[in-house]
Amino acid sequence: MDSYEKLKTARKNGRPTGLAYVNEIFDKQIELHGDRRFSDDQAIVGGVAYIDKRPVTYLAMEKGVDLQTRMLHNFGCPKPEGYRKALRLMQQAEKFHRPVICFVDTLGAYPGADAEERGQGQAIAESIMEMMGLRTPVVSVVIGEGGSGGALALASANRVFILENAVYSVISPEGCASILWKEASPENVARAADCLHITADDMKEFGVAEAIIPEDFDRFPKMCKNMRNLLVAAIDELSALSPDEIVAQRYDRFRKFGIFEENAKKHHKK
Amino acid sequence: MSLINDIIEKVAPPSKSQMVTCKKCNHEDSMYALFKNDCVCPNCGFHFRLTARERIDLTTDKRSFHELDTGLTSKDFLSFPSYQEKLEKAQASTKEEDAVVTGIASIGGHAVALFVMNSKFIMASMGSVVGEKITRLFEYATEHRLPVVGFTASGGARMQEGIISLMQMAKISGAVKAHSNAGLLYITVLTDPTTGGVTASFAMQGDIILAEPRALVGFAGRRVVEQTTKSQLPDNFQSAEFLLAHGFVDAIVPRGELRDTLIELLDIHKHA
Repeated sequence: MDSYEKLKTARKNGRPTGLAYVNEIFDKQIELHGDRRFSDDQAIVGGVAYIDKRPVTYLAMEKGVDLQTRMLHNFGCPKPEGYRKALRLMQQAEKFHRPVICFVDTLGAYPGADAEERGQGQAIAESIMEMMGLRTPVVSVVIGEGGSGGALALASANRVFILENAVYSVISPEGCASILWKEASPENVARAADCLHITADDMKEFGVAEAIIPEDFDRFPKMCKNMRNLLVAAIDELSALSPDEIVAQRYDRFRKFGIFEENAKKHHKK
Repeated sequence: MSLINDIIEKVAPPSKSQMVTCKKCNHEDSMYALFKNDCVCPNCGFHFRLTARERIDLTTDKRSFHELDTGLTSKDFLSFPSYQEKLEKAQASTKEEDAVVTGIASIGGHAVALFVMNSKFIMASMGSVVGEKITRLFEYATEHRLPVVGFTASGGARMQEGIISLMQMAKISGAVKAHSNAGLLYITVLTDPTTGGVTASFAMQGDIILAEPRALVGFAGRRVVEQTTKSQLPDNFQSAEFLLAHGFVDAIVPRGELRDTLIELLDIHKHA
């Protein structure tokens, strides 16, 4: 499958969405609503639950599965209040020493006038900054689309996993194509998807994801059982670290990203 | 204002009589008069965009700026269409290595770590070099207990570096958070235009967020918002004034007052 096929697969109707994983992987989940500031954004669903007897906070971007639920969940495009709810629940998790598990699946943060008025940029900025300092483990799984900053706001994590046919990108291939070649025709979008390197294999290669999770939607419970084992292993490993070590591990994880030339002679010595 | 005269010598040495036209009000004036007025239109107050060096000259104490982390240049590691040409063109036209200049300086006698983004370099898009230099600056400031003053301007993440450019948002944010946890001051000055991934990370993470009058500041592009909303947006949409009204900046400060405002803010935080 090329990048464009993967992109289409990642967006395909019928592909399991965030809540399907929440329901399959966790036990006794209780949804917790609202950002305590403005409203409750259902593009991000969050709450508390058990994963294999361990208490966790979960956050899932949900796109919806039919017209009605898609509208309810705003097609999985979070508004500032969604990110603020997510941050509230992450800080609550920190207070009660529970790990956080995030499922990422969004075309991107909602680009509406109301979202801009309520500080979409500020909400994402705050989420990323506070996640980088969170003193409890965070594990994120990109299950469909990882659309730019709106995805990173739930993926500034200690570990990131990505499904086999999921994609993760700095800009949508459509957006990239229309900037580069003025027109987002299917050929241009396919080319842009190639240029941007958005596949799970690319993420593994760059170190943006630690592992690729194989898809087996025909045997979804079995697939989720494997995912649960992977998540439990990750949170157990991270929970053995001190809060300072958890923050340092996350810092180092992101600190290494950057590909550039450095002229040692000209480099100023600190 | 000898600093301004220095700039004039650099930018337009032979022709102090060269005329410029204001993009907003079409007022015509000499380049000299414009520079004398900090590159603000004397007629309508429109703030022309500055290069990083012009900004440094306007903001810092004379000869106090010491640049850090030079010698970092971008790499076309994805073989992205026309990226290499864009880089070479931007380097040639700006005489800069990339889209941000970082260093230490004093402002009214206060030692600061300073970063200034340069919209004239590929619209100051944020790739690995921008991310690395700003991260190193925050790490330096944390280590040496310095406040950070940052002038933002950016079209957003640099798509030519793919997912690695997105990762810079988290990388810088981690360094900002560590600096903040150390009890140190971070002031951002939002300048025209600050958008996309820069707005959605370090531009909005300052303890104090200032903006220049009428600077464009937003997350999504205006055209995309219009398509989503399917309605006409007000003229001031995503302007500094719009952000102030909605509670997202602390103050709008005209360029001529910016240095004094920074000095006052640095002064009140000097025991931090």
